[in-house]
Amino acid sequence: MTELRMRDALREALREEMIRDSRIFLLGEDIGAYGGSYAVTKGLLEEFGEERVKDTPIAESGIVGVGIGAAMAGLRPMVELMTINFSFLALEQIVNSAAKLHYMSNGQIRVPLVIRMASGGGSPLAATHSHSLEGLYAHFPGLNVVCPSNAADAKGLLKRAFRDENTTIFIEHTAIYGVKGEVPDDPDFVVEFGKANILRAGSDVTIVGYSGSVHQALRAATLLEQDGIEAEVIDLRTLRPLDMGTVIASVKKTNRAVIVEDDWKFGGFGGELSAQIMEQAFDWLDAPVARVSGKDVPMPYNRNLEFAALPSEEDVVEAVLAMM
Amino acid sequence: MTSARANRSRSKQPIEDYLLSEEQLEEMYYRMLLSRRLNERMIAMNRQGRAAFVIAGAGQEAAQVGAAMALQPGVDYLAPYYRDLGMNLVFGMNAREAMLNVLGKIDDPNGGGRQMPSHWGNRERHIVSQSSVVATQFLHAAGIALGAKLRQDPVVVMATCGEGSTSRGDFHEALNFATIHRLPVIFFIENNGYAISERTDKEMATAGVAQRARGYGLRGIVVDGMDGIAVYQAVRPAVDQARRGGGPFLIEARCYRLWPHSSDDDDTRYRPRKELEEWAAKDPIKLFRERVERDGIFPREDLDAIEARVDEEVREAAAWAQQQPDPKPEDALGFVYKEG
Repeated sequence: MTELRMRDALREALREEMIRDSRIFLLGEDIGAYGGSYAVTKGLLEEFGEERVKDTPIAESGIVGVGIGAAMAGLRPMVELMTINFSFLALEQIVNSAAKLHYMSNGQIRVPLVIRMASGGGSPLAATHSHSLEGLYAHFPGLNVVCPSNAADAKGLLKRAFRDENTTIFIEHTAIYGVKGEVPDDPDFVVEFGKANILRAGSDVTIVGYSGSVHQALRAATLLEQDGIEAEVIDLRTLRPLDMGTVIASVKKTNRAVIVEDDWKFGGFGGELSAQIMEQAFDWLDAPVARVSGKDVPMPYNRNLEFAALPSEEDVVEAVLAMM
Repeated sequence: MTSARANRSRSKQPIEDYLLSEEQLEEMYYRMLLSRRLNERMIAMNRQGRAAFVIAGAGQEAAQVGAAMALQPGVDYLAPYYRDLGMNLVFGMNAREAMLNVLGKIDDPNGGGRQMPSHWGNRERHIVSQSSVVATQFLHAAGIALGAKLRQDPVVVMATCGEGSTSRGDFHEALNFATIHRLPVIFFIENNGYAISERTDKEMATAGVAQRARGYGLRGIVVDGMDGIAVYQAVRPAVDQARRGGGPFLIEARCYRLWPHSSDDDDTRYRPRKELEEWAAKDPIKLFRERVERDGIFPREDLDAIEARVDEEVREAAAWAQQQPDPKPEDALGFVYKEG
């Protein structure tokens, strides 16, 4: 085990995988000498050379489209997009090609592509950098959607993504790039997709989060403890595939569920989770499922405004207390 | 599948002025004609209510067959667009498969009834499937070429589209990327005069597509797309050069869409009949036949025999394909993910 920040754990994953598999190469804006907008690829150009760490023009659709082509031709490219908001420019390539080519070609063509992108508020970078749209990508069948909340998962899940035959949307919350955690050193360490993680056991309420919102959930659980409430905190880790089994088992034990996400509530992924809990555990619920989400506004810049737009641990505590 | 070649043996020696052998010329005529006759039968099947949607390449066969014959099927890659039946025939598709495709049958090698007709894709033959959003395949072609270059694999990738698609960003991003990295991509643009109903002057302020290449630092040339021999002669050196590491090339084949955009389109709303008649007189298949007959390459009876064989092949394929099974409802859920 080594204590690493999430960005360093991600870099370790890239390094180890590039050493393991010579088909892996990296494409993205400023990923070479600059080291990536969030310093994830720092040092990789020096270690692996320009053939495998390629700076690209500012052309998101182009980068992803080239990655799709290289993946179809048998390579294992990774594409870095600066932020999830910029990925809109590549949405056609991601949705109509990467997610669908295997199906449309009757299983002939595979697109084993890893697309990394940063998401989330708190940096602060305002409305066209900071949204949390994991749920948008989770809407599309054919994609894996991965959103780690800590350094160890970030490493294990990214390594797992390179071993998959499908396209993986790998979403990194900017507020936790610098958060340290214990990370296994074993080069064969991977975290399986579709396995939620119970970060804290509890019997009174289930709090479900993913990506950055897991941290609000954990802080809320600590606060709730002072009120004598034992919260179980579940980190989904991947939205596609989704581990509802762990969530449902927990809800059947605690009889209450709160979903925390930075995403907008309206049409967000929390709505999907809530619906599935109702469908699968309605008779066990002592209260309606609650959602604590981002406010229904574009992300504002000023700190006070941004905090107001994001869900806080106090919001989570309030939601739990309201259902007890 | 029988070939017209069975008639008598053809020379493999290139003929002066043609740079193609008798065998290749016969192949060219056979593929162009097969493409046209298949399309005609598909439209008839659409009108009979047997095929839900047909999109065809009539008028572009010379461009397609001439360009694809400059490649090495089985080695090179094709990122085609929905009019390129002729290219697919050169790369190994046969009449039966074309009919399975238009009917969305389970044995369609392109998509087994999952993908829209004419969105070709065949892994074994190095043909990649595509989105209906035009020009996306230019980027896939650049990616395939990048992969080939990284693996030091001497393959060439041909990406095609109509001229309308060259207004999309993906086209420009692909040209830029491919040129920066000197990738072995042939951007083959079939300028057929129309983007559905819009004439070229509504799609671009330039006189054509070839000059767009210059802005990205690659070479762009114009060729007469109604002349399959001229197309082959223009594409072949570009392919050879790309294979040797000379980088990408853009070739604009000026041709004409002789039919409406698709089986759902009525082109009388936007296209003058007189213009259509003028271009119909320059039908690439007719011109080819006249030339090889005039130059004494093939006697008339040989060409008639090829036509008769093509007609029989298309008739047989259409009848056969309609008897083939459709996918079952329970087949709908497979292949969303590649498992394992």
